[in-house]
Amino acid sequence: MILRNQYLVDIALTGKRLDERKADEFRKIIIEKSPLEKPEGSALVKIGTTQVMAGVKLDVKEPFPDAQNEGILMVGAELSPLASPEFERGPPTEDAIELARVVDRTIRESHAIDLEKLCITEGEKVWMVNVDLHILDNGGNLVDASCLAATAALMNAKLPKYEDGKVVWGEKTNKKVPLVCKPLTVTHVKIGQNLFADPTEDEESVATAKVMIGTKDDGNICAMQKGGGDGFTFQELEKIFEKSVELGKQLRKQL
Amino acid sequence: MKRLDGRKPDEIRPIVMQAGVLKRAKGSAIVKLGRTTAIAGVYGPRKLHSKHQQDSNKAILKVTYNMVPFSTDERVRPGPSRRSTEISKVIREALESAICLEEFPKAVIEVQIDILQAEASTRVAALNAASIALADAGIPMKDLVSSCTAGKIEDTYILDVAGKEEDVTFCDLPVAYMPREKKITLLQMDGDLPVKDVKNVIQLAIKGCETLYERQKQALKEKWVGDLEDTAKALGLSNISGGKD
Repeated sequence: MILRNQYLVDIALTGKRLDERKADEFRKIIIEKSPLEKPEGSALVKIGTTQVMAGVKLDVKEPFPDAQNEGILMVGAELSPLASPEFERGPPTEDAIELARVVDRTIRESHAIDLEKLCITEGEKVWMVNVDLHILDNGGNLVDASCLAATAALMNAKLPKYEDGKVVWGEKTNKKVPLVCKPLTVTHVKIGQNLFADPTEDEESVATAKVMIGTKDDGNICAMQKGGGDGFTFQELEKIFEKSVELGKQLRKQL
Repeated sequence: MKRLDGRKPDEIRPIVMQAGVLKRAKGSAIVKLGRTTAIAGVYGPRKLHSKHQQDSNKAILKVTYNMVPFSTDERVRPGPSRRSTEISKVIREALESAICLEEFPKAVIEVQIDILQAEASTRVAALNAASIALADAGIPMKDLVSSCTAGKIEDTYILDVAGKEEDVTFCDLPVAYMPREKKITLLQMDGDLPVKDVKNVIQLAIKGCETLYERQKQALKEKWVGDLEDTAKALGLSNISGGKD
């Protein structure tokens, strides 16, 4: 284990990657839209060996008192024990909570969902959009895969029928969840002095720091989160911002 | 431009920092930024009993950020929330590289931070308090970690976003910074801004960190120089500290 880690670090220090990708290159991305019927929207995203299934469930709820005419967005994440020997059943871990909150922040702060259009009766009934992220296979970079999956699932989510104050499950209407942009994140890790986009699980295990940048279609940044024990210099961040916006544009084309 | 509470754009709210405010904890500190009040206590390094959590190369750091029930307008339900779990994690990751953890294999250093009153930027106050408390505990560190938020309202970049500004700022961006290594160890953002503005906001936040860094050092000096002088007096020595600096 120690030998393997040393090997991974040695390779990274030369600026190279085990899978021979460039430092700013993503692995192959496959997005499967609406693989499931039960949820109102769903998507399976694969980045390399990482697999994330996102499901969108809609329900009618009372609005929050401070946002009487707005629908509600909730994002949850589960690191299924299917996905890694490191993941265990039980209440959400710190990593699962951070993952969900970073995706939540990216979607919320980008104002991608027009929440006002999800109001049915002001102060009484609004649509609640639950986005659940189910991690199936951890090959690294769960945040970017999750955010892609969440956005892809929201893009094809259709409202169920709502009749006489009740939701009729299973009967989808043609009305879509009102999306105004496609938010997504780009993750970089730092190993030694080198920066790598879209880290594999191996690269994550030897990285000293990590930063996730949420971007919108217009190139604006809408969320950021630094992880890992080490830090970044301002100059490193400048480079990362530029790359994240650029890579974000490329990823968005695949949606 | 005058701000809602009368501050200048690059002015931090009134700062109070004091080290060594608790007797039982090995190190402690209280930090106030305006009304936001954080108190931090440090225990350890001590042996970590649970073997599977131990690291044979270094100490592990545990950080708990906790809002007390009466800290906000609406009572906070006691116990960990998703929010507090995330904040504990980012604070831990902001402090880790400043502490010489490798000096204490198999040990644990615990930092407990309670927010007594919350009015914006609680994670920042918490982090500043934790950093002073760690130094106050005599734990070897490469540098103090300082933390400050910045934002942008209309065309003006503002330091230490607080109160009603939170509702109108284009972003809320907390930064933690180690001035000696020029390293950013906490970075989060909520908002919607072009890259150019994000860079400017970060640079303003770093300036704030540098101001707070001096205050942190001052708080530690006040406690430790004071202690030294008391000891000197008790021993009948005079002025061993050679002045206040």
